[in-house]
Amino acid sequence: MDQRRDDPRGALVRPYAVTRGRTEARMDVAIEAVLSASPTAVVESRFAGHDKHRIATVCEGRAQSLAEIAAYTRMPLGVARVLVADMVTDGLLTLHTAAPAEGYEGRMEILERVLSGLRRL
Amino acid sequence: MDFAGYDPAGAGRNRGIVSAKIVIAGGFGVGKTTLVGAISEITPLTTEALMTSAGIGVDDPSKVPGKETTTVAMDFGRITMAQDLILYLFGTPGQTRFWFMWDEIIRGAVGAAVLVDTRRIADAFAALDYFENRNLPYVVALNHFDGSPQYEMDEVREALAIASDVPLVLTDARHRDSVKQVLVTVVEHAMKRLQAEHGRGYPAPVG
Repeated sequence: MDQRRDDPRGALVRPYAVTRGRTEARMDVAIEAVLSASPTAVVESRFAGHDKHRIATVCEGRAQSLAEIAAYTRMPLGVARVLVADMVTDGLLTLHTAAPAEGYEGRMEILERVLSGLRRL
Repeated sequence: MDFAGYDPAGAGRNRGIVSAKIVIAGGFGVGKTTLVGAISEITPLTTEALMTSAGIGVDDPSKVPGKETTTVAMDFGRITMAQDLILYLFGTPGQTRFWFMWDEIIRGAVGAAVLVDTRRIADAFAALDYFENRNLPYVVALNHFDGSPQYEMDEVREALAIASDVPLVLTDARHRDSVKQVLVTVVEHAMKRLQAEHGRGYPAPVG
């Protein structure tokens, strides 16, 4: 049951309150970019606030994209992006690069790997 | 920044896991989430972005009085292909008034599939227009519904004015193997496009 979403009065906390009003992330994080939590991140993030702790918990043991983090924590994408970027800067999360957008060989290699991955399904 | 060893933007970056995405576009209710759900290893998730509704369709939202926040939802799925390779499938928001969101969704994507319902073929026009004006490789997939009219592929291509170099495939968005074939077509088309661009010597950026 998702009370926050279903309550016609809206969310009790304004979405960007958890980022202290910041709407710009410290680094660009693509919606499909994958993040993983360092082994100690779940414990350490307890001191970084409730929302960052939830994010670290979501990424524990399984790398998750920014979109998945936002969905599982029920945060708007933009809010999750600000918090995730902070956590990467603070060493709580590792940001993995999304597929390289430049260079023929790099792009072709990804396409070939995705194609053979699909065919194996 | 010129402090030795100080690199906040690069902190924590890692090339360990690569993620790629394919975009599933099309009109409202055409079966995008069904298609994603047919092949995703997770039940399709929904992520929400907050937008200022008064700014929709306006170049500079700051000049619009009485801004209201609205929520745009997009559904997505995940296929973990290897320990270091994940494919995400992102459905575009169906309502045409949310198409400004698409630019972020398609950025860096492998390619896209535009899903078409043959009972409401005109719903696909806006999505096709969008991709015609972008550099992202895309294919058109006719979603076959029970009782939907059967058209010849050539008729559909002509009705939708689909360029001859854009692949057109028939699919059933409920069936995994059929969806897999659509995605294979997207990736193969993207590879052909990339090879052609490389041959000409000037790959154009996506977006």
